[in-house]
Amino acid sequence: MSRRVRIALFLVSVAGVSAFLLWGLAGLPSFGDYAGPYGDLISNLAKPQRHIANAVTAVVFDYRGFDTMGEELILFGAASSVVMLLRETRDEDVADIVDRVRSDATNALSLLAALAVLVVGLDVVAHGLLTPGGGFQGGVVLAAAFLIVFLGVEFFAYNRLASTSFGEPVEAFGAGGYVGLGLVSLALGLAFLENFMGLGTFGRLTSGGSVLLVNFSSGLAVGGGFLVIFNEFLQENMAARYGR
Amino acid sequence: MIPLQVVAILFVACGALVVALSRDLVRQAIVLSIYGLGLVFLFVVFQAPDVALSALVVSGIAYPLVLVGAIARLRALQKREESR
Amino acid sequence: MSYLPYALSVWLFACGLYGIVSSRNLIHITVCVSICQSATYVLLLAIGYRKHGTAPIFSDIPTKGRTVVDPIVQSLTLTDIVVSVAVAALLLTFALKTFEHHHSLDPAEIAGLKG
Repeated sequence: MSRRVRIALFLVSVAGVSAFLLWGLAGLPSFGDYAGPYGDLISNLAKPQRHIANAVTAVVFDYRGFDTMGEELILFGAASSVVMLLRETRDEDVADIVDRVRSDATNALSLLAALAVLVVGLDVVAHGLLTPGGGFQGGVVLAAAFLIVFLGVEFFAYNRLASTSFGEPVEAFGAGGYVGLGLVSLALGLAFLENFMGLGTFGRLTSGGSVLLVNFSSGLAVGGGFLVIFNEFLQENMAARYGR
Repeated sequence: MIPLQVVAILFVACGALVVALSRDLVRQAIVLSIYGLGLVFLFVVFQAPDVALSALVVSGIAYPLVLVGAIARLRALQKREESR
Repeated sequence: MSYLPYALSVWLFACGLYGIVSSRNLIHITVCVSICQSATYVLLLAIGYRKHGTAPIFSDIPTKGRTVVDPIVQSLTLTDIVVSVAVAALLLTFALKTFEHHHSLDPAEIAGLKG
């Protein structure tokens, strides 16, 4: 069938599906009338039971840490698949491309900016238990710090710092470390991924017990994963631009 | 529902329509970043700062880079096709 | 008016679906898939919202003093947003590989499976 007929048919059917969806969603409690017991339970328990100020991080890494492990392994699998699919362009092909940004001021300021963003990324990861933040958000910021080196300085420096041979071990260490921390809990006789350190003082950076280590390892895994993905795309583009 | 939430909802709705209707790829990448910013605004107004931070980081850093990298590689491949 | 966020999530999903169906480019399809995903984020957050509630972070507010919104749906959404970018990168890699093999990104032209 032609494209117009297909789109017309689609519009009719999406109108029907939307009507059904709206009818179903109208049966929910209206916006703002959240009544469920679990949210209140977690909000009341995050501080006294876990000494964690950020209830969302407590759910992500402590109460539902097993689901987060699954999500991280999805990211790990996606990054590995990207590397495997784009394996024709290898590290050696682009190892000698310089591609410098032709402004000394931009180079200098970008180096400073990259350092600043690295510190900000570590700050976002570390404060995940106290303020909005955590491993997932901070991990992407950490990967962005290396990216600023490529964008503002030169590709050669970026490749030396953050090629796949750096990103992959970091990512593997993070993802494996997450699972390893769960196994440490098992070895100590507790449940998988249960807290095995002292809970610490509420409101300090070291609160939460082993959730802090889990937080950092997920930050490394996410940062490493995105670094690997970015690097594959950048390598492809640089190899194409310089005819390798 | 406070008016700020209504404004955020309308902005996100318009943004989604514009993204879906954009045909040029680079233009769609730019509009997607703006749509992501609208989503950040919506998440903040829905009292979800963690989610807003995650959406900000993703729509500002990760997604544009991956998308523009793919578009650039695609253009290089198309140019190689044409020159053959 | 109080069901507007749910209507927004249905609208976002419909926009994304329209983009996928009427698309002539695999990369355009990947972007529209991410619009569909954002529909689910909006729905999740809308379910967890509580009137006059604030963010569930207790560094500066007492635990039982103020109404807070639901933290569980926020946790589901935040990991999902970051992981969806990695999956989108994988989809874009598929698009690039498809172009290398079929020399076209139009989904109508690459319909046949080759051995």
